[in-house]
This record gives sequence, structure tokens and C-alpha cells, in this order.
Amino acid sequence: MLIETRAAAPPLDVPAAGEPLPPAAGAPRRRSWRSRLHAAEARTAPYAYVAPFFAIFLAFGLFPLIYTAWISLHRYRLGSRMSWIGLDNYVWLFSNPSFYNALWKTITIGVLSTVPQLAIALGLAHLLNYKLRGRTFLRVAMLMPYATSVAAATLVFALIFGRDAGLVNGLLGAVGIDPVDWRNGDWTAQIAISVIVIWRWTGYNALIYLAGMQSIPADLYKAAAMDGANRWQQFLHVTLPGLRPTILFTIVVSTIGASQLFGEPLLFGGGQANGGPANQYQTLGLFMYQQGWQFGQLGRAATVAWVMFLLIIALVLLNAWVARRRTER
Amino acid sequence: MTLLIPRRRRAPDAAGRPTYLILGAVTLLFLAPFYYMLVAASRPMSEMNVWPPPLLPGDDLWTNVLTAIRQQSIGLALVNSLLVSVTITVATVLFCTLAGYAFAKMRFRGRNVLFGITIGTMMIPTSLSVVPLYSIMADLGLAGTLPSVVLPSLVTAFGVFFMRQYLLQSVPDDLIKAARMDGATSLRTVWSIVLPIARPGMAVLGMLTFMTAWNDYFWPVITLNSTNPTVQVALNNLGSGYVPDTAVIMAGTLVGTLPVLVVFVLLGRQIVGGIIAGAVKG
Repeated sequence: MLIETRAAAPPLDVPAAGEPLPPAAGAPRRRSWRSRLHAAEARTAPYAYVAPFFAIFLAFGLFPLIYTAWISLHRYRLGSRMSWIGLDNYVWLFSNPSFYNALWKTITIGVLSTVPQLAIALGLAHLLNYKLRGRTFLRVAMLMPYATSVAAATLVFALIFGRDAGLVNGLLGAVGIDPVDWRNGDWTAQIAISVIVIWRWTGYNALIYLAGMQSIPADLYKAAAMDGANRWQQFLHVTLPGLRPTILFTIVVSTIGASQLFGEPLLFGGGQANGGPANQYQTLGLFMYQQGWQFGQLGRAATVAWVMFLLIIALVLLNAWVARRRTER
Repeated sequence: MTLLIPRRRRAPDAAGRPTYLILGAVTLLFLAPFYYMLVAASRPMSEMNVWPPPLLPGDDLWTNVLTAIRQQSIGLALVNSLLVSVTITVATVLFCTLAGYAFAKMRFRGRNVLFGITIGTMMIPTSLSVVPLYSIMADLGLAGTLPSVVLPSLVTAFGVFFMRQYLLQSVPDDLIKAARMDGATSLRTVWSIVLPIARPGMAVLGMLTFMTAWNDYFWPVITLNSTNPTVQVALNNLGSGYVPDTAVIMAGTLVGTLPVLVVFVLLGRQIVGGIIAGAVKG
């Protein structure tokens, strides 16, 4: 959203309402205490309005984020005090195969969930953009998974992906495929978890794309039709380029979301932080949780969190760079 | 010139039968898990563990719901979640509207820096801050209490951004100026001019905030324990093997999901509108 917000930011010379007005011509030179009070109120008002937000935001948003870096330089066990150990946690992390496993699983589940999710969403948005009967119903229905909590969704899907009597295995059996042990397999568990993510987020992204499509000027389609472009060509050459900022936005949001994946793998594994018997679906989020609240190593958990933070920053910068390069070309 | 162009694509084309078929099938896939939740919640576990599983709801819904309520304090969880979500929603809407107004319509020293900090951190997930939050809450003696869940969520950067975008477009500058000329204080202006205009935006932000607060998972699971849970913490405990009964798990899930789904179905149109508006502006 960084890129988007910057694009959406208005010019900074918005007429300012709170500014003290210059004294009107012909007004008495000595202002009464009333008008002075008035002016003072107008000067301080904006700070009063942003103060509650920033007080809470600094105390519980910004400060904890930065303090994470500080904690990561300490040995900090659950229930005891911090002691300085420099970069030891980082040495531990970067020489730990479990970290690389979690990083890798986060990436593979991220790709497995994000790519189909956005592709399906794009197709759906294209269909939703036609004149439809019952479109409010369709839109609300598509957003209902988004309104469902991670915990609820995962519990239902754990049942649906059950080994013995799950719906998915039943349907596979109907076409002659042997039951799959979704939870204990490596890729199968990752696929099942990705399906949960896809289910929850596809409708949301479809609506975002739909909004983007509706802001593409109709003239562009007219011109393309004039040039003899068919539907598909119009989609490729008008819709897709017009949606580029929206698509980049959803990629950033989904990628950040995927990097934080936590509830789905935790509950899919029945509340175990190991992400399956062979850590087959232990994401970075789970790894952090395991270190901090199962092993009581809060310092190490903070180290994982800080590395995740740096990864996100890198992703956002990479994205901004790609976006800029594409526009320059 | 425009008159010569065939007027295609002016209004969106009407959808053909294949479009309806595909959309219908996808909608079914989106809704099926809810239905299956209901089926599994209304039957004894033994019936769900054989193939083929039943596809119609059974008669055991109340039994299962009552068991869930007894075993995982779902009742207490519902009350807790309601308290937490309402508090967060009221605070977020109020504080973010005020800050959003200041950023949208007022000029003051440090505005750009402050707004930059706000949107610059908007994308940073709060789950990265759980370790310090945990130690802060422990120091404040709040670990395991509802305030520890509420405090970090009282405001969001997104809310400020959302309200700023909304007010930027919907509050005419002349109106504010006129109020000032008439001698209205800034607070008076906010109360009688800005808030009435901001109401639809506040409603959308409120619904989104309530949904997010109700569904919040990571931090509540860390700070709360099973004796004083929110709905998501109770669901987490249900799913963590304390109750190996799928029927009870699904009954609890159903009860915990229903409130937010009801809100969503009733106000879905506005929420959809809000998300689309937020996306276009955002």
C-alpha cells in the first residue's frame, strides 16, 4: 500500500482550515481576549486531534516494533530478566536448519496460496464486471470467507481434509484416487493450508480488482474495439495494464500476509507449534511462536520477528523498484 | 467524432449463461464450508467419521452447542469478545476520525512527518511486535486480561488513513471556513459539521474494525489463557485437542462465527462498498 498511498496523497497545499485567519480589513487592531482564545484553540486543535491516536500508536505500535530489535540482542527467557548477548541470537538463528526450513516453507506455502488466489480473483473480477443479476448477493457471498476468522476456517477445513471421512478424500475416491493423508504429508499439508488461505482471501481480492476495473475509462475499451480487439485481447491490452497498480498492491498485501502465516498451520496441526511431525508446514510465524512460548526463548522469538520485519521491508522495496522500473520503460 | 464511434462497452455487457454458471459454482464453493460447519455441528461425531459423511443437518445441534459452551466457556468467550470488539471499535472510529480530520483538513507544523510515520507503518503486521507487547503487558500487570487485548488495538494507522481519504473528499473546505467566520470553535466545527458528514465513512470503518477485532487471533492466543478467553482463543483451545470431538468443535465454531456473519449478511452491502471505496482511494 506504500506505493498506492503515495499515489493517492493529495497535493500538500490543501486549503488549511485550522490556520488562524488574518485579521479582516477594518477590524479593530487590538483583538479581544475572546478572539485570542479562539485563535489559540484553532492552533492547538490539530494536535489535540492527533494526540490520542499517536499516544496509543507510539506506546503499543511503534515502540514495541523497535523494541523488538533491542530485545533480539538479549538473552530473554520467559519470566526472567534480559541479559545482553550481542548478536548471539542472530548467530544461533542463521546457523539453525529449522530457521531455513521455516523460511522455505513460508515461501512455498506463500507461492502456493498467493498465485492461485490472485489469478482466480482476477478471473472472478472479470466475470463480476459484467452486468449481472443478483450482484450484491454474489459480492457478499464472496466476501463471507473474509469475514470468517482464521480459527473457524481452519477448523472446518481440517475436517474437510480429514483422512478417513473428509469430503476431499471422498470426492477423490469417487474418481478412483486413493485417500490422501493430507495432514501428515509434506506437500499435501502445504496444499491444504494454501486452500484455506485461498478460500479466505480470493473474494476479497476479486472485489479489489473489480473496483480497479471499474475505474478504467470506458473510452479505452471503445478504442480497442474500434481497432478490432476481441474480448480476450481487450482483457490483455486494456484491463491488465489498467489494473497494474491494483495488482501490485494486492501482490504486496498478499505477500506480507503470507509471510505472517500463523493461525492456519497452527490449528491445522491441532495446535502444535512444530508444523507437523517433520516440520513440513512450520512457517516463520509458527517458528517464532514455538521459540517464544513453547521453549520460553523470548529473545530468540524477537530475533525471528526482527528478521521477518527486515524481510518485509526488503519485499516492499523490491516491489517499489519493480514498479518504478516498469513505468520507466 | 464520438457520435461516429459504435457505442459498445458504454455500459458493461450483460452476462451470458457461462458467466452465471461459473460464478454460481464458485459461490457454492465459497459457501459450502459454512454449510458443512452446520452439518457437522448438528450430528454426533460418530456419524461424521464414516464415509460417506451425511450431507444434511441432523438434530444434535443444541446438544453439541451446549457441550461446547460447557467445555470451553464459549459463553464467557462471546461476552469477552463482544466487550473487546465494541471497545476497540468505538475507540478506533473516534480517534481515527479526529486524527484523519486533522490530517485531511488542517495545516500544522509536523503534519507531513506525522502522516508519513502513520502510513509508513501501516503495512507492518502487528504480529511482529508480540514479544515486546508481551513484556509490556507483564510489566503493567495486565497479562492474561482483556485490557491487554484491547490496548494495542485501540487505534490503527489504516483507520487514520481511511478517514483522512474519506474526509478529504466529502467535507467542503468552504463549509469549514464559513463555520470559522461565524465564530465557531474548532471543536464546535468538528461536532456540528465534520461528524455528520463523516458518519457513513465512520460506519464502514466501524464494521471493518469490529470484524477484525472479533477475528483477531495471534496476540489474544499469546496473552490470554483458557480460563478467560475471547472467541478465537476458545476456538484455538477447541482445536488444540483438549476436546477431540469434531461435533463439539464445529458447534463451537458455528457459535463463534455466527455473530460476525449475521452482521456481515445484514450490512454486507455497505461493507462491500467500503472495501471497494477503500481500495480505490487506498
